[in-house]
Amino acid sequence: MKNVNMIIVGVGGQGTLLTSKIIGNAALKESYHVKVSEVHGMSQRGGSVITYVKLGSSVDSPLVEKNEADIIIAFEKLEALRWIEYLKKGGSLVVNDQQINPMPVITGREKYPDNIIEKLRHMCGYEKVIAVDALKIAKELGNTRVVNLVLVGILARLMPFSKEIWLESIKESVPTKYYDVNKKAFEVGFGLM
Amino acid sequence: MKKLMLGNEAVARGAYEAGVMVATAYPGTPSTEITENIAKYDDIYAEWSPNEKVALEVAIGASIAGARSICSMKHVGLNVAADPLFTVSYTGVNGGLVIMVADDPGMHSSQNEQDSRFYAMAANVPMLEPADSTECKELVKEAFRISEEFDCPVIVRLTTRIAHSRSIVELGEREDISLREYRKDPGKYVMMPAMARARHVEVEKRMKRLGDFSNQATLNRIEWGNRDIGIITSGIAYQYSREAFKDASFLKLGMVYPIPEDLIREFAAEVETLYVIEELALFLENQVKQLGIKVTGKDVLPVVGELSTGMLKEKLLGQGPEPGCSTEEKVPVRPPVMCPGCPHRGVFYVLKQMKLTVTGDIGCYTLGALPPLGSMDTCVCMGASIGMAHGMEKARGREFASKTVAVIGDSTFIHSGITGLIDIVYNNGTSTVIILDNSITGMTGHQHNPVSGYTIKGEPAKQVDLVKLAQAIGIERVRVVDPYDINEFEKVVKEEVSVDEPSLIISKRPCALLKGVKFEGPLRINKEKCKICRICMRIGCPALVDKGSHIEINETLCGGCGLCTRLCRFDAIEKAGDLNEKC
Repeated sequence: MKNVNMIIVGVGGQGTLLTSKIIGNAALKESYHVKVSEVHGMSQRGGSVITYVKLGSSVDSPLVEKNEADIIIAFEKLEALRWIEYLKKGGSLVVNDQQINPMPVITGREKYPDNIIEKLRHMCGYEKVIAVDALKIAKELGNTRVVNLVLVGILARLMPFSKEIWLESIKESVPTKYYDVNKKAFEVGFGLM
Repeated sequence: MKKLMLGNEAVARGAYEAGVMVATAYPGTPSTEITENIAKYDDIYAEWSPNEKVALEVAIGASIAGARSICSMKHVGLNVAADPLFTVSYTGVNGGLVIMVADDPGMHSSQNEQDSRFYAMAANVPMLEPADSTECKELVKEAFRISEEFDCPVIVRLTTRIAHSRSIVELGEREDISLREYRKDPGKYVMMPAMARARHVEVEKRMKRLGDFSNQATLNRIEWGNRDIGIITSGIAYQYSREAFKDASFLKLGMVYPIPEDLIREFAAEVETLYVIEELALFLENQVKQLGIKVTGKDVLPVVGELSTGMLKEKLLGQGPEPGCSTEEKVPVRPPVMCPGCPHRGVFYVLKQMKLTVTGDIGCYTLGALPPLGSMDTCVCMGASIGMAHGMEKARGREFASKTVAVIGDSTFIHSGITGLIDIVYNNGTSTVIILDNSITGMTGHQHNPVSGYTIKGEPAKQVDLVKLAQAIGIERVRVVDPYDINEFEKVVKEEVSVDEPSLIISKRPCALLKGVKFEGPLRINKEKCKICRICMRIGCPALVDKGSHIEINETLCGGCGLCTRLCRFDAIEKAGDLNEKC
C-alpha cells in the first residue's frame, strides 16, 4: 500500500475542511491508515489555511513536510504559490484558477502576482499542474459552494480509490439535500480528466 | 465500527463510553469541538458555562454529587479555572472528574503558548497526554478510572495537532456507570484551614502512590529498537519522533505527570544517547535531569513554537530537506480578516476616525488591530479590555479617559467583563465600554452563550438583558446602537466619551455568518459616478478591491451589507442587479 501525502490549501471559509473529510473517509473505506490535520479558529476568518492528509499502511505524524506532498489541492492560486515548496518533485498540483485578494493587495500595498498558473507550470512541470476554473463550473451548477467537489472530482482521477467509494464518502459527508448538486460537481471534475 | 475522528471528537466519544453524565466548558480553540460533540449524546447533560471557572465548579459539584463529569477548556482557560483546580485537588472526587485542557503551541488561535503541564505539577494532579485520536478516547476512559481509584481530578492535555487531527478510532459501548452515593463529608469537601491541612497530607500520599502507578501503568511503554538512541517523548512529539527516527528506542509517555521515575532510569541505562523530545518548555527534560540522568533536548530544540518531523531530522540528525519546487516570487501574506458584512467593521472604522485609544479583548474583533482598521491598542486576556481602560484612566486622568474606549464581545463580557465594569462604577471611573453584541460566540465557530438565548443543545434559554444588567450595577448611561449606522454610532461614541460618568454602548448586530442573516445581494461600483477617492477602502472589506485605476467589488464575496454605501459621498455604489436590469 503506497503512502500518499497531500495538502489542501486555500482561504479560510472556502470549504477545505469538508474536502479533507471526504478524502479521509474515502481512504478509511479503502482500508488505508489515514490521518488528517486541520486548522480551526482564527485563521478560518479569511486567512491562509492548510489541511494535511496522509494515508498509507502506517502513518505517524499527521503533518506533511516541505517537499513531501504527492498532491497539492489549491482552492486559490496565490495559495498554490505560497505552499508550492511542499510539493515533491514529480508531484501533482490541482489548482482552482480563482483569485481572492489578500488584505495587503486589497489596500494596494502589495501586488497580486501575475501569471501564477504559468509560473507554477514552469516550476513543477507543465503536465503536473491541473488548473480549472471550479468557481465558474460551480456557478453553472447553481451553487458556488460546490467548488470543492469539482476539485475532489479531479483528485479522484489521481487516486487509487474507486469512484463508488468517493460517492459513498460524499454522501456521508454532505447534508442529504445538497448531495445531488455535490455529486454533479464531482462528476464534472471527474469528467475533466 | 471504525470511524475517522478528530481528536476532540474522540475525547467526546471517550467521555460517552466512560459513562459521563455531566459535561461543561467554555468554548476556546483548540478545545471547542470536545463539548460540541458531547452535546450530541442525549445521555449526557452538556452546557456552555459563562467561563472556565464556573464550568469547572459545575463539574466539581456534579462529581461530588456522584456523577462522572468532564470539563473542557483551552490552555488560557485553565488560568481562569485555576482557583477551583488547586483546591479540588485537595477535596478529591466522588464520581470521576476529568479536566481536558488543549494547549496551542505555535499559537494558531491564541494569545500565548503557555505549557499547561506545569499546572499538573503545581496543583498535584495527575496528567495524561494522548498521541492520536484512538488514545484520546482510551486515555479519557483511563483518566476516569484513575480519578476514582486515586480520589483526585485528572487532567488530560491535548495540543492543537492532536485536538484537530483526524485518525481512526474503533468505537465501543457506553459503560453502565450509575451515580455514586452522595455522602455529606465536611472533612473532605469543606476546605477551611483545619480540614485542608489534613487533606494536604492525603494529597502528598496520593502523589506518591501515583508515582508508583506511573511506573507500572501501561500508559507508559518502552518500544525497543536500536539502542544507540533512546527517546523519551509524549503526545504529538512522539509522532514526529517516530517518523524522524525509524529505528530508535522509545519511552512513550501517556502519563506525563507524575513521570515514571524507575522506568526512566531503566530506559536511560539501556541506551547510549538519550533525547527528551517535547514541545514548549523543559517539563519532562528537567524532571529527567533531576534524576541525575544526562539528556539532550532543549539545548538543541526550541522552546518556542511547534516541533516537526523535518525540524527533528535537521537539528538532531543533521538531515536538511531536499530541494523541491520553490519560488522566488514575492507572495503577499494573507492574514485573517473580518468577514464581508461583519458588524464589527463599522465600529473600528469609527474608532479609528476618532483617533481613540482602544483597549481590546479576545474574539473575532481582535482583528480590528490589523490594517487598514488598525484601531486597537491592547489585547491581553478575556475581559481585560475593561479593567485596562479603567487602569489607564487612573494612571493618566480623566482627560485621557475621554479619548479611550474598551471594546469587548458579548460572550467575552459575560465570561469576565462584568466584574471589570462593576469596578469602574464602584471606583468612580468614567470609562466608556462598547459591547459588540453579535448574538453569538463568533471566533470559535458559533457557540451559544447567555446573551444569545439558546443552550448548547439549541433549546431556548433566558437571555441576559445587558441594558438592565448595566443599570443594576449603577451605570446610568446605556446606549444601544446599530454599528451599520456609522454616523449615528460616531455621534453616540462622541457623547459618551465626553461625559463625566461611566457609560455602556451596546453595538447590536448579529454576526453576518449566522443563519437567518440576509442581505440584499451583491453591490457594484458605478464607474461613471466613482471618483476613486478610496474612502471605501478604509473599512478593510475583503470584497472591495483596489485595482489601481479603479475600485471593484468582488460579487462572490459581497453580500450587500451596505456599509461602504454609507461612506461613499458620490453615491457610486449600487446594487449589482440594477445595472443588469438597465441592460
